[in-house]
Amino acid sequence: MSLDKDTVARIARLARLKVPEEELVPLAGELSGILAWIEQLNEVDTRDIEPLASVSDVTLPMRADKVTDGGIAERVLANAPGGAVYLDPHDRNAGGFFTVPKVVE
Amino acid sequence: MTSLTDLTVAGLAAAMARKEASAVEVAEAHLKKLDEHRDLNAFIAETPDKARAMASASDARRAKGEAGLLEGVPLAVKDLFCTEGVQTTAASHILEGFVPPYESTVTANLWRAGAVMVGKTNLDEFAMGSSNMTSYFGGVENPWKRRGDNRKLVPGGSSGGSAAAVAAYMVPGSTGTDTGGSIRQPASFCGIVGLKPTYGRCSRWGVVAFASSLDQPGPLARTVEDAALLLQAMSGHDPKDSTSAPLAVPDFAAAARNPDVKALRVGIPREYRVEGTSAEIVALWDKGMEMLKASGAEPVEVSLPHTKYALPAYYIVAPAECSSNLARYDGVRYGLRVPGKDLIEMYQNTRAAGFGKEVRRRVMIGTYVLSAGYYDAYYKKAQQVRALIARDFRQAFEKCDVLLTPTAPTAAFAAGEKMDDPVTMYLNDMFTIPASMAGLPGISVPVGLDEDGLPLGLQLIGRSFDEETMLRAAAALEKAAGFSARPAGY
Repeated sequence: MSLDKDTVARIARLARLKVPEEELVPLAGELSGILAWIEQLNEVDTRDIEPLASVSDVTLPMRADKVTDGGIAERVLANAPGGAVYLDPHDRNAGGFFTVPKVVE
Repeated sequence: MTSLTDLTVAGLAAAMARKEASAVEVAEAHLKKLDEHRDLNAFIAETPDKARAMASASDARRAKGEAGLLEGVPLAVKDLFCTEGVQTTAASHILEGFVPPYESTVTANLWRAGAVMVGKTNLDEFAMGSSNMTSYFGGVENPWKRRGDNRKLVPGGSSGGSAAAVAAYMVPGSTGTDTGGSIRQPASFCGIVGLKPTYGRCSRWGVVAFASSLDQPGPLARTVEDAALLLQAMSGHDPKDSTSAPLAVPDFAAAARNPDVKALRVGIPREYRVEGTSAEIVALWDKGMEMLKASGAEPVEVSLPHTKYALPAYYIVAPAECSSNLARYDGVRYGLRVPGKDLIEMYQNTRAAGFGKEVRRRVMIGTYVLSAGYYDAYYKKAQQVRALIARDFRQAFEKCDVLLTPTAPTAAFAAGEKMDDPVTMYLNDMFTIPASMAGLPGISVPVGLDEDGLPLGLQLIGRSFDEETMLRAAAALEKAAGFSARPAGY
């Protein structure tokens, strides 16, 4: 499969990656090269083969659906690049918010 | 007495148990080595204060008679494991400055066993690479050089800093992660032992995710016994990782101390004799089999017919899972934020500036193969091929107990030698990826030097959750090979 410039622009948009206009064509060439190499998989007859869902033969255990931690809002928000806003400035673990640029006018 | 930094994990533990050295002295000796060999760029962050505090605490525990399996042993941690209060970057600009508020399960297990952290090692960005050259913090230099040639060589990747630190005697052991060969290939390039456990043996909780169905933490060390000791401390069921296997941890060290391979059937997969592998590596592979045979093992030729498709299938599965895992880096919760005119543009600017070229390439491939209308043609097809690869291994293991193959198709290469085309770089992992796709354990053992004086490793692959047989065979191979070379100047 050979990708064209518009397809690369569409993938970049889906992946939320800004790709400058002048890089679209070289990138299309690179990605097409990788996809062409991947296409050798078409030689393999996979009719009636169940896709692998897990590499493990071990039955994985269920656990109780219970809350096991929480009340650590300050630690959760500590790395927020845009800063955090707390519900109660005197009790930072009571809850808070990450901040983002304004989305609604 | 030999220098403390020449000792192995087992040797250091024994020396400290005999009170020949304290954990603080051991830590200081290794910190000095970190200082001496900073040029290698093996570490993204050194943590001397933490090392000293952990070493003092270790001495206090020993004084109370509470020594753990790795009491006082200094270790380096790949900067993909979250370490509480210590910056964790995944070698990416997008996570620069991120300080995790929690500790990964694997590192927590190591500290519980008494180990001491000296620093966080460099890696390919988000563990995507085979040369360590995609790190935002610069490449790592392999302590080994070609004889009579001063060019810098890569340590392999992605756990390149972890491998270089062990090979340069800065630490006796380190943690790595292996998605398609990221522990085994750098171990081979640096002349040390690297072990990728069975998928599910070590918890992935707190490890920055790349491809969740493949990622597996594991140890790097200078001996098979040391790798086994580290694995023993790292392993165990973790309810916080739903794919962590609820199995008891075997005595891996005991298996590694028992190099008995009498009547062990060692499979030689004929499909691994591929073009592009150096003649020296093929010769070494034959020699490795002769060594095991002389120790009593029985060679068996086996077939893994879908071997050549493992690599292209991997380059669908891994990018697909990476594009999904890396969606979380959006400039909102942690890491870098680059402003934009609106929210969408902020995401786009942040991710374009924060991710390096190889990561962007894989995110785009992954996004494409998972996009509407292409899922069946790519991801589903790859998972079907993966089922066939797993079946190949199951059938081979009816005829043998362990497989012997080369670890990598070449010795370490110079920085920039294979950078022309991404696919050429991907071929480095041709011998390690099939076992990864099937979730099987693999170990690289240094067996010899090539004509340039560079180390070469061989890989043993075991049955699912049978690291013990693999370790026995690895110990036998190690004993027969008697690899004792050191990089000049280290």
